[in-house]
Amino acid sequence: MSIFIDDSTTVIVQGITGRDGGFHTKQMLEYGTKIVGGVTPGKGGQTFENTVPVFNTVHEAVQATKANTSVIYVPPMYAADAIMEAADAGIRFIVAITEGVPVLDMTKVYPFVKEKGARLLGPNCPGLITPGKSKVGIIPGRICTPGNIGVVSRSGTLTYEVVYQLTRAGMGQSTCVGIGGDPINGTNFIDCLAAFEADPDTKAVAMMGEIGGTDEQEAAAFVKQHMKKPVVGFIAGQTAPPGRRMGHAGAIISGSSGTAAEKIEAFQSAGMGVAKRPIDFVELLRARM
Amino acid sequence: MNIHEYQAKDILRAEGVPIPPGEVATTPDQVEAIAKKIGGMVVVKAQVHTGGRGKAGGVKLAKTPAEAKEIASKILGMKINGLTVYTVLVTSAADIATEAYVGIILDRATKKPVFMVSPAGGIDIEEVAAKTPEKILKLPIDTRYGLQPYQASELGFFLFDDVKKVRAASKIMMSLYQAFMKNDASLAEINPLVVTPAGEVLALDAKISVDDNALDRHPELVKLRDETAEEPSEVDARNSNLTFIKLDGDVGCVVNGAGLAMATMDLVKYYGGEPANFLDIGGSSNPEKVVNALRIITADPSVKVILFNIFGGITRTDDVANGIVTATKTNPLKIPIVIRLTGTNEEIAMKILQENGFSASSDMDEAVQKAVALAKGGKAA
Repeated sequence: MSIFIDDSTTVIVQGITGRDGGFHTKQMLEYGTKIVGGVTPGKGGQTFENTVPVFNTVHEAVQATKANTSVIYVPPMYAADAIMEAADAGIRFIVAITEGVPVLDMTKVYPFVKEKGARLLGPNCPGLITPGKSKVGIIPGRICTPGNIGVVSRSGTLTYEVVYQLTRAGMGQSTCVGIGGDPINGTNFIDCLAAFEADPDTKAVAMMGEIGGTDEQEAAAFVKQHMKKPVVGFIAGQTAPPGRRMGHAGAIISGSSGTAAEKIEAFQSAGMGVAKRPIDFVELLRARM
Repeated sequence: MNIHEYQAKDILRAEGVPIPPGEVATTPDQVEAIAKKIGGMVVVKAQVHTGGRGKAGGVKLAKTPAEAKEIASKILGMKINGLTVYTVLVTSAADIATEAYVGIILDRATKKPVFMVSPAGGIDIEEVAAKTPEKILKLPIDTRYGLQPYQASELGFFLFDDVKKVRAASKIMMSLYQAFMKNDASLAEINPLVVTPAGEVLALDAKISVDDNALDRHPELVKLRDETAEEPSEVDARNSNLTFIKLDGDVGCVVNGAGLAMATMDLVKYYGGEPANFLDIGGSSNPEKVVNALRIITADPSVKVILFNIFGGITRTDDVANGIVTATKTNPLKIPIVIRLTGTNEEIAMKILQENGFSASSDMDEAVQKAVALAKGGKAA
């Protein structure tokens, strides 16, 4: 078991003929992900790398391949439309990698996807990986190893850092999920924590948050009330100045809210382990399992 | 991206929001001429991207053009929260009977723009929210349908009893919402929205922040960017496609990815150092980015050591290594550099660095500790 993706996941790639889409499709195929189709309007009928059929629309792709998952690499100004197209075509799980999607676009996309009953991960996220089974997105496969730690994070490379430290310490992962650094995203920490709690193969969870918003505080309250499995948390941005956007659109302390200190306090009062450094995850998780 | 009050007012005026006449000036003489033209009492207002302008003495009333000129000579050139005032707005001073607050902010919790209105205007709305939350009405708007007239009217009735004023305020809400959506704003506020003794409803101050992610579809807004209001190194970084924020410490950080960049700064602090900056070179493997990053960081005289922390996923570490070699060949470093890299093409990167006389580590904690020790003038561990 795992969360959100496993070996029954069949994927279409939106933007498969683009530079990023093409590169990562090859990486996903190498990892063993079942890529059943791609979509680039105007390039329908071609094949990618002589193996993956390309379609003009997501509807056509879904009809022909029965894909249940989509991963999106289209440019930011077209990403909202691509997400809605996927949801409308019946895709159940949509992973939007694209960084830089205008946030007002997301205010329209989010309720649309909800009403279609689909799950959106991202945008501005690295995707997810269930080691040894499937990866959808851009997380480098070789730093992961199968195991029973669930990993969820708002960032990309920080996730890789922690996963790398866990793997080096011999602690494998059930699924690693990057929820993305934008202020409005499809899947939040609580969605992932609930899924990890229900997943028999996950024994403990590593969670990496950052400054901005209240997602981590709400996640801490969820851990306290609903989780039996141990959770260890980390907050990036303890040295970030207020009022500045720290790379991620969502990583900003507004006024006095969204600080690292307030999030760490929420973790502590929920009885979670608090990692002060990425390396601390190893010992804190080990002590709780 | 923040825009100035006068720019925000131009946008709102175009949407039909009633705003007293005003013009911008950069010299006291211009201020005098504008004050003469407007006639009567005027307000001279510093145009800087920071709050608390009034408290800092950056907003002053003038009874005559001569007084306006004198006030302007004091405001122009003054520093407010570290920012120099180069421009002032001269605007007709309105008589005020009551002050209200009207704003739209993107709310992460509801994933919608939320209207916030309060009859307690003219002061910091965060303070009102903390002390007297019952004086604020919040209304999330579904952007698929937009602000409906009945909602605008509900907001108006929260502010006023008199139907005429409610209608005027509702019309302003509709205009403010239009401006928010058309300009991809993340914040649009009128504070204060005043009622004059004659019963007129007017916007006296306006603030708009634009979503950086949407600037590609708003070339007209990009033109409003005031680079004199920003840290020069940050302007340079943005023009080089780097995300850079200057801080006060002495450990210059070059990192790929925003989360890892923040975690690296935090680790510098954890080991007793102070980060000099936030810098994310992004996911692409362009050696040019490394060259630009080094140029920007070494231009800061307070930086005593450079710390690279690269986790190669999409980023190829050999590209970063090549960037370091190229940059230091053209501009030899005068301060020590500590390099941590791991991930994609790590072996090639290490070889490139060694052949060019650099040492590198694959461990983040080790590298950060070494950089902090060097910044403190001690020897590397």
